[in-house]
Amino acid sequence: MSKFKSAAKKGVPPLSTASLPDIVFMILFFFMVTTTMRQNEVQVAVTVPKATEIKKLEKKSVVSYIFIGRPVTRLQNIYGSEPMIQMNDKLTNEEGVPTESVQDFILAEREQLPESDKNKMTVSLKIDQNIAMGKVTDVKQALRYANALKINYSAKKDYKNLSTR
Amino acid sequence: MAKRAVPEINAGSMADIAFLLLIFFIVATTMDVDTGITRLLPPIPDKNQEQLDIKVKERNVLVVLINRNDQLMVEGQLLSVDELKKKTIEFFSNPLEDANLPEKELVIVDFPTGQSPRFPNGSAELMISKGVVSLQNDRSTTYGKYLIVQNELVAAVNELRNQFAMENFGRKYDQLDSKKSVDQAIIDGINKVYKMNISEAEPKNIGGTK
Repeated sequence: MSKFKSAAKKGVPPLSTASLPDIVFMILFFFMVTTTMRQNEVQVAVTVPKATEIKKLEKKSVVSYIFIGRPVTRLQNIYGSEPMIQMNDKLTNEEGVPTESVQDFILAEREQLPESDKNKMTVSLKIDQNIAMGKVTDVKQALRYANALKINYSAKKDYKNLSTR
Repeated sequence: MAKRAVPEINAGSMADIAFLLLIFFIVATTMDVDTGITRLLPPIPDKNQEQLDIKVKERNVLVVLINRNDQLMVEGQLLSVDELKKKTIEFFSNPLEDANLPEKELVIVDFPTGQSPRFPNGSAELMISKGVVSLQNDRSTTYGKYLIVQNELVAAVNELRNQFAMENFGRKYDQLDSKKSVDQAIIDGINKVYKMNISEAEPKNIGGTK
């Protein structure tokens, strides 16, 4: 009796989880290497247009962000649904032409950069594709007055058009 | 004296700790790389400086207008975006020396020596177009359309640069590595041959558009 019973009791051996930390660490390192820290919480909805002639922004530390778009749905009861300008983390409430606040923003951003990088400062414009150019032109004029001339129109790679060329 | 055995550290919670870190990194980071079209804005003209109206001959200007209905007009004709690139390439290269397309002038361009069979000793005298693209838009033009047009214009110049680099240096312009000083010198040279001459009009505030 005993001979057979012990064999039946055996069942599936327990799964070894000793290598689980190694696997998780591997995934962790993958994420640490490939991703960058989230910098701004986007408060305006932005769908950037697609383009073929795009370049990567190399040095993130010299880049400041200006978003233009309609406020996200959860903020629309506070700010309404008219297009607004968000600079890094801050949403501007200014009416009309936003020259002042853009200039202040650029000045503050430039102040933070080390002396050697001040002329490399780039402004990334993340603008929703359905926004009218009027607001964009105002911001561009303000950037010219603030002497922040290097700009980058944020766009996604257009794979569909690339293949037909 | 008997050696006291060091008790083994329990590594059972290692996985939990690693998971915690993993989840933190997934939440706190983003994967998207920033890409886009890089452009240089013109500086604001000095107020004290006398305004010289630089006269540019009509044949040297390609007027690109986008109206508030996102329609494109090039040199007085309605044009679809798909044709804009071809038109711009033709404008900048002017291969047949057409009298209605831009003039060219002799300019000395420096290239690094020994990189190209055509320019063995570096500098070369080349005929370079004087053309300028003038881009104007309405305040109600959508940004998406504006960027597509910008993209086509940049694409035209990039294609000409690619062509030039391929013919003379056997490599494409995009494949030149700006971190190497030789390649950077080639890039600078080519940038002089085909300049990114896209000028945007000073914004005019015309009432009634919106």
